[in-house]
Amino acid sequence: MTSLAKLPRFSHILRSITATNVRYIPPSRLSSHFTYYPDTVADSLGETARLNLFQSINQALDTALATDDSAVIFGEDVGFGGVFRCTVDLQDRYGKDRVFNTPLCEQGIAGFAIGVAVGGATAIAEMQFADYIFPAFDQIVNEAAKYRYRSGNLFDCGRLTFRAPCGAVGHGALYHSQSPEAYFAHTPGLKIVVPRGPVKAKGLLLSCIRDNNPCIFLEPKVLYRAAVEMVPTRDYTLPLSSADILDEGEDVTLIGWGTQVHVLREVAQLARQQLNVSCEVIDLVTILPWDREAVFESVKKTGRLLVAHEAPITNGFGAEIAATVQKECFLHLEAPVERVCGFDTPFPHIFEPFYLPDKWRCLSAIKKLVNY
Amino acid sequence: MAVLRGSWSTISALRRGLFCLKRHKLQPATCFRAFSTDLDEEQPAFPGSRSKWTEKLEFVQPDLYDGIPVYRVMNRKGEIIDPAQDPKLDEETCTKMYQRMTLLNTMDRIMYESQRQGRISFYMTNYGEEGTHIGSAAALDEHDLVYGQYREAGVLMWRGFPLDRFMNQCYGNEGDMGKGRQMPVHYGSTEHRFVTISSPLATQMPQAVGSAYAFKRAQNGLCVICYFGEGTSSEGDAHAAFNFSATLECPVIFFCRNNGYAISTPTSEQYRGDGVAARGPAYGIATIRVDGNDVFAVYNATKAARHIVTSENRPVLIEAMTYRIGHHSTSDDSSAYRSVDEVRHWDSTQHPIARLRAHMVSKGYWDEAKEKQWKDDCKRQVMQSFARAERRQKPAWKAMFTDVYDNLPPHLKEQYEYMEAHVKEYEDHYPVKNFAKEG
Repeated sequence: MTSLAKLPRFSHILRSITATNVRYIPPSRLSSHFTYYPDTVADSLGETARLNLFQSINQALDTALATDDSAVIFGEDVGFGGVFRCTVDLQDRYGKDRVFNTPLCEQGIAGFAIGVAVGGATAIAEMQFADYIFPAFDQIVNEAAKYRYRSGNLFDCGRLTFRAPCGAVGHGALYHSQSPEAYFAHTPGLKIVVPRGPVKAKGLLLSCIRDNNPCIFLEPKVLYRAAVEMVPTRDYTLPLSSADILDEGEDVTLIGWGTQVHVLREVAQLARQQLNVSCEVIDLVTILPWDREAVFESVKKTGRLLVAHEAPITNGFGAEIAATVQKECFLHLEAPVERVCGFDTPFPHIFEPFYLPDKWRCLSAIKKLVNY
Repeated sequence: MAVLRGSWSTISALRRGLFCLKRHKLQPATCFRAFSTDLDEEQPAFPGSRSKWTEKLEFVQPDLYDGIPVYRVMNRKGEIIDPAQDPKLDEETCTKMYQRMTLLNTMDRIMYESQRQGRISFYMTNYGEEGTHIGSAAALDEHDLVYGQYREAGVLMWRGFPLDRFMNQCYGNEGDMGKGRQMPVHYGSTEHRFVTISSPLATQMPQAVGSAYAFKRAQNGLCVICYFGEGTSSEGDAHAAFNFSATLECPVIFFCRNNGYAISTPTSEQYRGDGVAARGPAYGIATIRVDGNDVFAVYNATKAARHIVTSENRPVLIEAMTYRIGHHSTSDDSSAYRSVDEVRHWDSTQHPIARLRAHMVSKGYWDEAKEKQWKDDCKRQVMQSFARAERRQKPAWKAMFTDVYDNLPPHLKEQYEYMEAHVKEYEDHYPVKNFAKEG
């Protein structure tokens, strides 16, 4: 606000209003629907630094640029560091030809990114919000995903990664909250990854960048600052298509990704305390191609499955998991698969607390599963 | 894809034996020219261009001309430069313009501050662009349809959208006609002929063209105005809108607010060439560039544009040059990418409000006493409205489920009933007391 210092301030007037006659209703943005569960890393991974999600992504991007001379990073406003600060300082460090702003055009960013990859370089493209990826849908779905297949593997754009902030943030409403993973999961040829925190994000993003297939890396934006943990400073990758079992349990399998993983970890604790139910929490990590074996193994053990995601329930990725599990684990199931998801509405502003698949809705679903 | 579509339609046309007939029927001039070799020698007869032959191997350079000039009426001191261009607006109109611009400014300051205090979730100020809003809105018929981007609150202000409705929308309270679903500043009003704002950029542009086409067919004498920023003009939808409007001859005014920045991205990284205006002629659109900080220039240009689009059924492009004095939004700190001096320059020497005030003072329409009284009045109006909005409850949360479709389909009814039972059971964990009871 320094540049606007000459404008008169009204803060004192506003305060006086609260003090007198207004029933103050705090905006929903102040509430948080999850408690962050930090990851810990083995000592063998070496030196660590305390980083939040945007800093760990920044470090991954830094590593990608440092280890691959062909790598370029671009998108809207990335030059000054990006609206979420993920590319901060990178232009200064690597130059304007490697880290640069594009004109405001998502379809352009996507098509350009494909071309960069086809031209033999590594493309790391930022979509400012996952909600704004749709003008690029044609380029991603019809072009990036099908490049290798349609050319008989003569051409591919595997050295391409799209990064996009996704998910609920407390006050994002229709167009700053969506989780579009299921749209892209309907597209053979893409890989889709959602990290749950800084440690995972750094390793997974480097894996995506180095993977020989076009990847979409969806970053839960509410975690950019809220998720803080000790992250290895060295260059490391983590396997794609490999789910993580975070809490082992016997009675119910809980599957989520991104922010929802943290909701589910709290739910597992609540279920143990309040219902004496033991939950196994799985972070699916990669939406496409997903780690079916890890899920089947867990469900065969527990006999009950709850899938939770922020995106609307109908045709959300939970539907795919539920259908596959009933086919592969049918005789092991003690209850129908439960899906706790966003409702089949656009993502609403002030109703967000009622929209989200929060811990209470998940806990209630666990009751149904165990009492079936 | 276009290639495949083309060949399919050709094949099916051949199959129907209509190929030649269709060609001749639809493009008689082309077919005639193709046979007329003499004419072909004098002038190229390609169906896709109109020009002449040349034997010079020469590229057309982007700096071919000096650029489209910036039309202005007043200088920085608020003096009319060419009396012939004076719109000669009476005292009442000038005062209304000034009051709406300053009321907007006051509302912005208070809402910005309230966001900073966490009382609303988000806000976008209109600082520095008040002239583009008020000048254009004043030149329109009040029934002309407006498609905004998101920084056009002044257009609504001009049309008399009440302060309470601005505030109710920003609070998403039960007075919000948008039912609390969208972020602050996503206003909309059927009475004020202002289509509800959508965050994705440029989506409104081809929509505006479609509405203009419908108006043309309805012969209602109205036009559509479509506001957008210079950043938005890079979107694919912008291209579609320009091209559709020209080829389908639609009464639409494209109003570009070129404020220098798309969040952090300066125009030098947004486009090359002579700005957005230079594209107009390339699409076959009549175009003008105006000083957006000169409310009279904006008024004159929009009024003339309205005359062209409604009387000739063709689009016009106005590029209003201005400067975004505020941050992009409350989520942005523009000191990270532009200097305080740069902002100060525009704020202190080019401000549209100061310019209009200077003009009005010289005409004897305005003075210090009026200014002081109006400022106090503005502040009081805004604060009272603000307090009313803050006091109101949120809409009943069932409004989350309605309007997805015209009627509540069974699956959503089921989801609502499930949530109703759930909230009843877990009432302590939901902010139900802030929301109106379903009734």
